[in-house]
Amino acid sequence: MSDRFPRELLRVEDLRTWFPIRRGILRRPVGFVRAVDGVDLSIPEGRTLALVGESGCGKTTVGRSILRLVEPRSGRIWFDGVDLAALPPAALRPHRRAVQIVFQDPMASLDPRMRVGDAVAEGMQSFGIGASDSERDRRVAELFERVHLDPDLRHRHPHEFSGGQRQRICIARALAVEPRLIVCDEATSALDVSIQAQILNLLSDLQQELGLSYLFITHDLGVVRHLAHRVAVMYLGQIVEEAPTERLFRHPAHPYTRGLLSAIPSLDPERRGLAVAVRGDVPSSSNPPQACRFHTRCPEVFARCREEAPLLLPVGHAAAGAVREGETGPTEGATSRCFLTGSSNPI
Amino acid sequence: MSEPVLSVRGLRTTFPGPEGRIPVVDDASFDLDAGEVLALVGESGCGKSMTALSALRLVPRPGRVEAERLRVCGRDVLELPVASMRALRGAQAAMIFQEPMTSLNPVQTAGAQVIEAIRLHERIGQRAARERVVGLFHRVGIPDPEARVECYPHQLSGGLKQRVMIAMALALRPRLLIADEPTTALDVTIQAQILELMRDLQRDLGTAILLITHDLGVVNELADRIAVMYAGLVVEQGTRTEVLAGARHPYTQGLLRSIPSLARPGERLEEIPGAVPSPAEWPAGCRFSTRCRRVVPRCHDEPPEALQLSATHVTRCHVVAEESAP
Repeated sequence: MSDRFPRELLRVEDLRTWFPIRRGILRRPVGFVRAVDGVDLSIPEGRTLALVGESGCGKTTVGRSILRLVEPRSGRIWFDGVDLAALPPAALRPHRRAVQIVFQDPMASLDPRMRVGDAVAEGMQSFGIGASDSERDRRVAELFERVHLDPDLRHRHPHEFSGGQRQRICIARALAVEPRLIVCDEATSALDVSIQAQILNLLSDLQQELGLSYLFITHDLGVVRHLAHRVAVMYLGQIVEEAPTERLFRHPAHPYTRGLLSAIPSLDPERRGLAVAVRGDVPSSSNPPQACRFHTRCPEVFARCREEAPLLLPVGHAAAGAVREGETGPTEGATSRCFLTGSSNPI
Repeated sequence: MSEPVLSVRGLRTTFPGPEGRIPVVDDASFDLDAGEVLALVGESGCGKSMTALSALRLVPRPGRVEAERLRVCGRDVLELPVASMRALRGAQAAMIFQEPMTSLNPVQTAGAQVIEAIRLHERIGQRAARERVVGLFHRVGIPDPEARVECYPHQLSGGLKQRVMIAMALALRPRLLIADEPTTALDVTIQAQILELMRDLQRDLGTAILLITHDLGVVNELADRIAVMYAGLVVEQGTRTEVLAGARHPYTQGLLRSIPSLARPGERLEEIPGAVPSPAEWPAGCRFSTRCRRVVPRCHDEPPEALQLSATHVTRCHVVAEESAP
C-alpha cells in the first residue's frame, strides 16, 4: 500500500452474463437467468477487491466471465489496456496466463491421478515457461517453498494432503505462470478457521512480495474486512454498493449491506441478540423483482422503489476521514444503488 | 436438581483399523441440563459430530460406542433395546443436520414427511396430523404454510428446507434437540432468521439443545455453555462468557485469535500451525502438543487431567495447571 496512485489493472464495464433457460424438444430459449446484469468493477495493481453477496447473486459468474470460462453476453473487460471480452479465443490465450483462479474445493480442482508437482508444472509447460523439465521442476520446488510446503512433497498425489495443503498447491499452481491477477472464488470457505488463517496470511504475503491483485469472491464478510482494500456488494446480478473496506463496514449505505452486516453473529459475549433486518429469501434471478431488485426484502422500501430502478451513484454526505489513506484518485468514495443514499438519486 | 437431559462420561467411539480399534472420540464427558443450550465446538475431525451420533446410537457400522455413562432423557442408551431406542429417537430426542437438501426425501412432499414422523410415534389421524403440520410450519415461519405442506423439497429454498427440518424435529416436542451445524449451509441473512427461530423455540418449548458448530459467532448467539473438543476429547468447558472472553486452553485461544473479524484489519492473523491429526496419529500425552505454541516437555509424556478453574470452567492443560497452582 506504499504507492499513492496504483495503476488500474482490471476494469470491467457493464458486464452482462445471461444463461438461457431452454424448454421443449427444440431447446428454444424461453427466458434468461440474468446471473450478471450490468456490473462495473475496477482493481488497481497490488490491491484486493472483495466481491460479496449471498448464493445466487452472480458473484462467481463475474469471476468466471472475467476469465471467459463462461462467455459474457455483453460488456467490456479491460485488462491492462486490452479488452478481453472482444478477443477471439486464439488471441485470448496469452492473456489467460495473466489471470488465474483458485477455487473453493481444492480436491475437486486437482487431478487425483497426477503428482501435485506435475499439476503445478503443467501450466508452465503449456505457456512455454522454463526451458526444460528439470528447470521447471526446480521452479516447482521454489513455488512449494513460497507457499510453505516441503518441496519433497511435490512427488506425491493429492489424496496424501490435507485441505489446507491442497489449497497451497492450488495457489502454487496459479503462481507458476506468473499471473498479475488471481481470482479467489471462495478460496478459504471450505477450510477450518485455523487453516483459513494460514491461507489468508499466505495470500497477503504473496501480494506484498509479488504485487499481485486479487478479486476475492466470498460470502464471508469477516474475511473481507481483514484483507480487502475495497468491497463490492452484489445482489441479484447487480452491484448495490461499492466502497473502501473500512468505510463500508463503518458506514454501510445500502439497506442490503446494512442487513448483511447486522446478520453477522457477534463474538463479543457482552453483545448478542441479532436484529434480523432482512427477511425472506433471495428471489430467483430468472425473474428478478421489477424496479429496485431489493424492494421485496428491503426494510426501508417506499413507493418509488417499486416503480423505478435506482442507479449506482456516489453516496451523499461522505463521512470524512472514513476513506483510507492511499484510496484517493478516480475510484475514491462509495457508490450505492438506492434512492435513500444517492446524492444524485434525489427523492 | 433433576437429572440432565443428556449425560456423557468417558465416551469412547472406535472404528476398526489395521492395528486394532482407532478411537474417533476418546474420553468425552459433559452434561446438558433441561432447557439449556450447550455448544460443542471444534474443527473438522475433532469428533463433535461422532459424539452426537453416539448419543443417539446412530454411529454407522462398524463403529462401536462405549462409555462409563451415556444417558439420554434418563435412559441408559447403551442398554436400551432397539425398539425402545427407536421410540426415544424422534419423540424424546430429535436431530437436525447440516444439509437440509440431503436430509429430506425428494419424492415425498414436505408435509407428508412431517406427518409420517408424527404418526410413527402417536396415534393420530391423517387429517389431524396434517392440521398440526400446518400449524408447525406456521410456527417455524414458513410463509403460506397450507400451500407449502404440498411442496416437494426441490420446490423449497435452503432456508425453507431447514425450517421444515426444524418443524419435523420439534413436531413431538422433544426434550433434547441435537443440531449438527444447522446453519452452516445457509446464507448469512437466512442464518440470522434460523438462529432467531431456534432461540424463540428454545425459550417457548424449553427444549435442551446440543448445538454442534465450528462457528463461534453462532455459539455466542445461542449457547449457555460451551465445550471445546480437540482430537476426540473435551479440552475446555465453561459458560459462554468464560470460554469466549476468558479462554485458557491454548487451542481455544488459537481458535478465537484466528477468526478474521476479531483481528484488526490488515493485521496478521494468528495461525495454529499444522492441521488436526487424523485419529490414528493422535500424539501420546496432550493431544494438542504437536500444534501448541506453549508446549513444555511434560506435554509429550502425560495426558493432562481435567483442571477445575471455577465451578463451571474446566480445562485440560499442563501449562494452565502450573500457572494456577498455588
